[in-house]
Amino acid sequence: MSTVTLTINSQEVTVPKGSTVLDAAVGAGFFIPTFCHDPIYAGYGGCRICIVDIKGARNLPASCVTAAADGMIVETESAPVVEARKTIIELMLANHPVDCMTCEKCGDCRLQDYAFRYGVESAGFGGERKDYEFDTTNPYINRNMNKCILCGKCVRTCKGAEDRAVIDFTFRGFDTKVAPALDSSLAESACVSCSRCVSVCPVGALTDKPLGGKARAWEVVKEEVTCTWCDAGCLFDLVRKNGEVIGVAAKAPAGGRPLCLKGRLGLELRYNDKPLKPMLKKDDQYVEVSWTEALGLDEILEKLN
Amino acid sequence: MGTLKDHRSSIEEQHTKKMERSRIVVGLGTCGIAAGGNKVMAAIRGEVESRGLDVDVDFTSCIGMCYAEPVVEMSLPGAASVVYGGVYPENVAKLIEGHLVNKIPVTDMAEIQVVGAGVPYEGIPVMEKSTYYEKQIRSVTSRLGRTNPERIEDYIATGGYAGIEKALTMEPQEIINEVKISGLRGRGGGGFPTGTKWQFVSDAVGDKKYIVCNADEGDPGAFMDRSILEGDPHAIMEGMMIAGYAIGADEGIIYCRAEYPLAISRLNLAIEKAEAMGILGNNILGSEFNFKIRIKAGAGAFVCGEETALLNSIEGYRGTPRVRPPFPAHKGLWQKPTCLNNVESFANIPFIVRNGGAWYASMGTEKSKGSKVFCLTGNINNTGLAEVPMGITLREIVYDIAGGILEGRKFKAVQSGGPSGGCLPADQLDLPIDYDSLIGAGAMMGSGGLVVMDETTCMVDMARFFLNFTQLESCGKCTPCREGTKRMLEILERICEGLGGPNDIETLERLAKVIKSSALCALGQTAPNPVLTTLRYFRDEYEAHINDKRCPAGLCAELLTFTVNDRCVGCGVCIKACPVNAISGEKKAVHVIDPEACIKCGACVPKCKFDAIVKA
Ligand SMILES: Cc1cc2nc3c(=O)[nH]c(=O)nc-3n(C[C@H](O)[C@H](O)[C@H](O)COP(=O)(O)O)c2cc1C
Ligand code: SF4
Ligand code: SF4
Repeated sequence: MSTVTLTINSQEVTVPKGSTVLDAAVGAGFFIPTFCHDPIYAGYGGCRICIVDIKGARNLPASCVTAAADGMIVETESAPVVEARKTIIELMLANHPVDCMTCEKCGDCRLQDYAFRYGVESAGFGGERKDYEFDTTNPYINRNMNKCILCGKCVRTCKGAEDRAVIDFTFRGFDTKVAPALDSSLAESACVSCSRCVSVCPVGALTDKPLGGKARAWEVVKEEVTCTWCDAGCLFDLVRKNGEVIGVAAKAPAGGRPLCLKGRLGLELRYNDKPLKPMLKKDDQYVEVSWTEALGLDEILEKLN
Repeated sequence: MGTLKDHRSSIEEQHTKKMERSRIVVGLGTCGIAAGGNKVMAAIRGEVESRGLDVDVDFTSCIGMCYAEPVVEMSLPGAASVVYGGVYPENVAKLIEGHLVNKIPVTDMAEIQVVGAGVPYEGIPVMEKSTYYEKQIRSVTSRLGRTNPERIEDYIATGGYAGIEKALTMEPQEIINEVKISGLRGRGGGGFPTGTKWQFVSDAVGDKKYIVCNADEGDPGAFMDRSILEGDPHAIMEGMMIAGYAIGADEGIIYCRAEYPLAISRLNLAIEKAEAMGILGNNILGSEFNFKIRIKAGAGAFVCGEETALLNSIEGYRGTPRVRPPFPAHKGLWQKPTCLNNVESFANIPFIVRNGGAWYASMGTEKSKGSKVFCLTGNINNTGLAEVPMGITLREIVYDIAGGILEGRKFKAVQSGGPSGGCLPADQLDLPIDYDSLIGAGAMMGSGGLVVMDETTCMVDMARFFLNFTQLESCGKCTPCREGTKRMLEILERICEGLGGPNDIETLERLAKVIKSSALCALGQTAPNPVLTTLRYFRDEYEAHINDKRCPAGLCAELLTFTVNDRCVGCGVCIKACPVNAISGEKKAVHVIDPEACIKCGACVPKCKFDAIVKA
């Protein structure tokens, strides 16, 4: 395989041809923040937090979409880069409810982490903020679009599963919002509650409703398990607090296959001693159902009986 | 299919015959129609019919003198044709009677005369020597206002499609070389060398390649592309065909904003007629070359003029920019190599192929060759379209072509390049205009909009206006542009309202710097330019707004106060003029304006005969 050699923060780095500057830098142990970058759906380049200084470039290129090239001289945290990252974080905070104290994502939030790293205390600007209703209509997913930083990861992962594409960007400019068709609630949409979107959201915009209020991020221990409901083998996290499983969270789809609700519920039933009652959507409304119905076992059970 | 040569001589003959008859031609571009051209046309037809005159009545597109619309041209056999301006239905009878019946032109309404082979009249400026046109070139605009854009015969009779005829006898690489020699740089704003772009697309590997014409023209104050689309649609198509032959594409798409319905209908008609004559389609002009063109109407978002957002939009996706590289030349429409150029860029191509690259390169400056069409708007006497050689100075444009500032007021600045560009103050008036000099001065060529401002313009308010535009047009994909332009706009609004704070300029500068260096596409990267250039050249105006709560131009309403000085004779006229009864005073005593009640409308100021009301 052919390679390219570039200099990152004065260190020579050799990577396979076709690698991005981000891959090269992170591979060499340097830190570059990212919000919108998803290795499975790469090439978006929207959030701009991963900008770096490349000698000779007209401006600060986003490292996630810039191919590493021979002889490139890259600085990952030069003064202009730090100034731009600080400003971008500040701009995000200026349009974000900074209620970290009660946010489910606190402690596991990239916005928080990067604000900490770059010392951004609060937004230096006043002005208009988005003001959307908190969408709690789906029994599995809480959707607070006031916290959304519009990285688009949820949109891309949702589109990545065949026949889904439930959510997309709506409106434009400052009014841009991620929403199901016609800006409806999740309950009214074709959402199948697979929680792929929750698994990728870098901030507290999309969170697991069943886990709501149960633990702070630093109190839990996550254990990766592979789902055995079908042969796809998607990955889930058993979320433990004080050793006890308090919920199961979607982690990553396997081999491009979707995560699914049934798989997650099955794992809940198996590992969680106090699972919440399962809910399924019937005629546009979520209703409580029996575990056998939720897991699609009614027919089998009938036969067994 | 016969060659065009067989047709050409008979078309030319007919055209010459047509031009030798008595003619009335009405300017029916969008500007002419908006000024009432259709009503004038109806009046002319009525008058001609009722008098039983043997006169051809025809229409053309905008000749460029938008300030004089509605424009009507009249000509008699063997004589120069006279272009009349400000023609309304009520003047029609007088013009026809004078010019066509009595054969004496109505000099006081005549703007210019186009002499050609005819005998000139006394007392009417000859086009090439007139104030408006003397410093202009008529190359890419040569058919505007001179031919009927809906007749392919007019196009062919004026040298049209001779470019593709010639191109088909050349090797594709020869054509690319000619375009390189011409030095033509993209007229859509970026100024990328067109020949180099064609070489990239030609060299790119692909089983299918596309030609895309960017006719999305969306910046405020720009209408040159619309004028060419409406006035010379075949030239754009011919340019695209030549490009297709040169780079190996057989399909072209014109992405035209839906707000240009006249352009779209004229393009459609042009495509239909060219197809019917075998100029477009398979085996063009008897050659092996196939090329088809279709139109895609865009929904009119400014960002869809950005090339990759435009491609997304054609493909049916949200009009947001893609990351580049890959550039469209390598992976463009449907991931195929795509040659995307602007309307004016394509329209120049037939002239370059016919006359040679060296001819084109003989105009202009060292690094910016040829001519450029500018749209002149703002506080000037002659607003309109002007084609000038690159390297002309702003002073020549503002004072010679545009006829100076309205009402003899003082020039303050010109905004070049619309919302992506910047302003240039009076001490830059002698700057020779080309791509590089404008960038050096902090502005930009952009698509060619020049908005001239005088002393009554507030530069902070001007920056606010353009930022409001870009902020509304931001697609929302990237953080710096989506969030940053909003905050910049909010700060500017505050400053204009007198609520600016001591750190505002610094914050504006920081945001501008970050947005410029980190936004995804050129919309965001250039959005801060109006703020940065006004800060560079008119910082004192910002400081006056912030520190002294004063708008030096007397425009920002929140910062104005109206007071009465001792010149007041107590006549009471102002009391009647005030819509909110804010003025009081005894007869013959100095009057007083209640600052709480005053809504700062300024209605009283012109009413006072003694200049006693002071706006400051
Ligand atoms: C926000 C934005 C709007 C643009 N609008 C236009 C436009 O309306 N027309 C145009 O030709 N180019 C426009 N451009 C430039 C195009 O991206 C592209 O550079 C150009 O069409 C290439 O053609 P040229 O090389 O012939 O100029 C725009 C660019 C940006 C960033
Ligand atoms: S909801 Fe989360 S993942 Fe989706 S766009 Fe917003 S921040 Fe990104
Ligand atoms: S700079 Fe503005 S218009 Fe361009 S991608 Fe970013 S948000 Fe969209």
